[in-house]
Formats: sequence, structure tokens, C-alpha cells
Amino acid sequence: MTFSDPLPLRSGAAIRGYALAYETYGTLNSDKSNAVLICHALNASHHVAGSYAGQPGSQGWWDTMIGPGKPVDTDRFFVIGVNNLGSCFGSTGPMHVNPDTGKVYGADFPVMTVEDWVDAQARLLDGLGIERLAAVMGGSLGGMQALSWTLQYPQRVRNGVVIASAPNLTAENIAFNEVARRAIVTDPDFHGGHFYEHGVVPKRGLRIARMIGHITYLSDDVMNEKFGRQLREGIELKYSTQDIEFQIESYLRYQGDKFSEYFDANTYLLITRALDYFDPALQYEGNLAKALARATARFLLVSFTTDWRFAPRRSRELVKALLDNRRDVSYAEIDAPHGHDAFLLEDPRYLGAVRSYFERIEKEMAA
Amino acid sequence: MSDRLTMESIARLVPQGSRVLDLGCGDGALLDHLQRERACYGYGIEIADANVLACVKRGVNVIQLNLDEGLAMFDDGSFDVVLQIDTLQHLRNAETMLVETARVGRAGIVAFPNFAHWPNRLSIARGRMPVTKRLPYQWYDTPNIRVGTFKDFEVLATKNRLTILEAYGLQEGREVRVLPNARAGTAVFKFERG
Repeated sequence: MTFSDPLPLRSGAAIRGYALAYETYGTLNSDKSNAVLICHALNASHHVAGSYAGQPGSQGWWDTMIGPGKPVDTDRFFVIGVNNLGSCFGSTGPMHVNPDTGKVYGADFPVMTVEDWVDAQARLLDGLGIERLAAVMGGSLGGMQALSWTLQYPQRVRNGVVIASAPNLTAENIAFNEVARRAIVTDPDFHGGHFYEHGVVPKRGLRIARMIGHITYLSDDVMNEKFGRQLREGIELKYSTQDIEFQIESYLRYQGDKFSEYFDANTYLLITRALDYFDPALQYEGNLAKALARATARFLLVSFTTDWRFAPRRSRELVKALLDNRRDVSYAEIDAPHGHDAFLLEDPRYLGAVRSYFERIEKEMAA
Repeated sequence: MSDRLTMESIARLVPQGSRVLDLGCGDGALLDHLQRERACYGYGIEIADANVLACVKRGVNVIQLNLDEGLAMFDDGSFDVVLQIDTLQHLRNAETMLVETARVGRAGIVAFPNFAHWPNRLSIARGRMPVTKRLPYQWYDTPNIRVGTFKDFEVLATKNRLTILEAYGLQEGREVRVLPNARAGTAVFKFERG
């Protein structure tokens, strides 16, 4: 969907003549009450579920969660996946032409915040004729958007489903983002963000950014279980310093290579910055309960015990702030070994909790 | 403990429209009942995945926490009533949690199996730990790690300067007010900070 009206941004800038890529699944009911918006995290898109015809391996990023008969059942709900502004999967981003200059945005693409994304998503809903969402849902950075929806547009959200998320990033978390960003911007192929015109891609930086990310998305235990100290070839050390010797090295390099083939360097900078900035309590002297007072939705929160990037205690802060405001909230703390990645994986307790929650939403819709 | 009469007896101790916190809420049946029949509003705390799921299914607010980690998430007096129904006997820090219950709730309600019920005494007299409908476990696999009696609780409450507002036994769903320590399988107390 294209938008001609400029979208004012938190930075004071505005973006005009932009497009949002989105996909829908299922059927919008006659009173338009069964819409569910899915918000994506760093490395994902509007393609949340299902596969494209004739394209094996094109499964949506949350296909375990969303689809016919799945916990978010597209036979019952009208599910909308949307790609955020600044991303690199179809919506307007740094690789596109700035209508004001006629040149590719590159590093000049405006800095986006979670709140800006939510505003853009709200315009998409306007365009689809949907006034009120049955639910808004997301994990990690997507969970921040879901939370922000309940604060920016309380009257438009009946349920917020916030998974493996946090009310803001800790210093350690910002630090990881900064390492990733430095890897990208110090890559000689980055050219200050205007690498498109040089016909190159800062792949080295993207690879390292992805490697760092991957380490933090897993738990120590699951990494040891998966790779341990296993060598890639044979059982003898090579006494090399630059060869790939351990399996974990091989895995990280593979993930880094794959990522650098399709992900945009400026997008990485923009999205990690949006993560850093998100902090709804900031304008309330850090008082999260005050910040969440505006929310009227019901909530389901989920965290995973081994997730150290978005740790359970961060979700508990959100739970406490909602309790302080006497909001309806349920919270599942899933004892899963997979770290932050768990929110994208199949775990019957996790999927069961979301399924039950959406069954309740459906019951309330009928009532 | 989930039978209807028992639930109704405990529900009668909860004032209409109370804000309720149910520690160890199980499948959420009592909270559901309180919400429907007594216009209460509240949250359950549970550790077991299956119970969390059951609560979400029922539409009862549930927060998955380990009570052995305490109630730091809850402010003083932030609930009208805090319930501990068949929970106390499973807690390592039973005394701390009793005090916490009285801190977070303006009133606390506790129910637990009374080990001084006469069939239990009989069993002990015969030299064996009781195994009954109410206490169906063998001594070596029981989740009831705190073994106490109606009278024991009165002593513990006094020690912690709690004021007992109501105390009675429950047997087969009936309230036992005469000699509850011998005649009831379940002890029920309602109390507040002294």
C-alpha cells in the first residue's frame, strides 16, 4: 500500500511517498472484529506464515505460530503481516529513492522509532478499513511494537500479546547493538552508508553483526549441546589461528555469510537504533506503571527462562506495571533451553498458551 | 479441595467485589468462581505449566511464578484478599510466605490439610504415616513438605502477630467449628496483620 501523506516522525523529520509491504491471511469478518496484526523483529518481514507457490523454503518466519489450525488460527482470525519502514523486504527503505532528492536514501533514510512504525501500521489499518484490532502481537522488537500499540492507540487494540520482549534495552543489550553497528560502519565497503552508488555491499560488517547477534540469541547450554567443542574435521587440532576449526566457528560464519547476502546494512543500523531508543517510561521519569496507565487492552506476556537478551525479569517488569494499573494480564514463563530464539521455535507449552489465549479472544468476540 | 462445597465455603470468606490474589491457583476454578459469583477481580499465581494453560483457557488472569522466590512483585496491601488454598504445605519458605500473604493482602485466607485429623492420628498411633483421600501420598513421594495441624497454625499465626479473623475446619465440604483440630481434614484460617 502506498501513502502520499507525509508521516511525521519522532525525530522531527517526516517521510512521504512511501510504501508498506503487507500480507493478509484468512478472512476479515463482516463486523471487522477479527483482525490480528503481527509485528516483526530485526530480521523478518510481512511474510509471517505459509509458503509462496512453487517456492520451497519460503515458509513465513512465524509459520509455527500462524496459519490454518495453528495457535493464531487463520481460519478464525484475519491476520496481517506488515514490513516496517526502513526494512529491506519490500517496504520503503534506505535502498529506495528519496522523492525529495531523486537519489537513493542510503544513510539519509530518516531514523525510525518503534512509535513511528506503529503510526505507519495504524495508517495501513486505516487503509484496510480496520478500526479495532482483536489483537496485536509480536516477539522481541515486535513485542515492543505490540506494547507501543496499546499505549499509542489504546482504543484500537483489544489484546496485546507481547513475547520475549522488554520495556527497554539494558546497557548490555545496547552494547551488543553497538558492536554490530561498528562492524558495519567500519567496513570499507560501507562508504558512510552510500555503498549502493559504489556497487558494493559491506558484507564483512554484516557478517560480524550477524555472528554477534546469533551468539546472543542462543543460550550457553543450547550452544554447548549443539556444538560443544566439536571440531569440523577430524579430531586433531590444526594449530592454526585463522582456519575454521571448531563447529561453532563454522556455524557462525555460515550464518553470517547467508545474512550478508540478503540483509541491508543501513536497515541493520536503523532497526538496532529503534531497539535502543524504545523506552516508553522515559517521559514518566522512568516510572513504567505510569507509562502503561494509558493501556486498556488485555495482555498475554511470555518469556523464556534461558533468554538472556530479553530476560524473564524484563517481562516481569511489564507484568508488575500492568498489575499496578489493574490491567488484565496473564504471564507464562516457559522453561525452554533455546535462549531468545525460543520465541520462534515450537514448544507445546508456549504454543499452547498462545492458542488458549486466542481461543478466549474468539469467545469474547462471539459474546 | 476443588469440590463445590469447599470452594463455596472459602468463597464466602471473600467479600463481594474484592481484588484477589490467589497463590497457587491451580486450574483457576476458585478465581473463576469468585469472578462470576462474587464480582471479584484478580490474578492467580501458578508454577505448573498445565495449570497456567488451564487458567488462560478459562479466561482467568494467571502469572507464572515460583512462590519460593517470594512476592517481591506485589506492593504492601495491594490486594483485598490473598488466598493460599492448599499451597502452604508445598512451600519451602512457608513462614515467609505466610507473612508475605499478610503483607500483600489486607486479609489472608489459608487452607491446608490438617495432620491432626483423627484418622491421621490413628494411623500414626499404629506406627504408619497416614495415607487418606485427603493425603493420598506415601511419605517418600509426598509434595506436602510442611506437615502441620490446625493448632500448629494458630501458634505460627500468633508468633507472626497475625490476627485470626475466622478459623474452622472443613470435612467433606462441611464446616467444622467444634474441635476442628480432631474432626476436620482441612484447616481454614482468615487473618490480617495484627
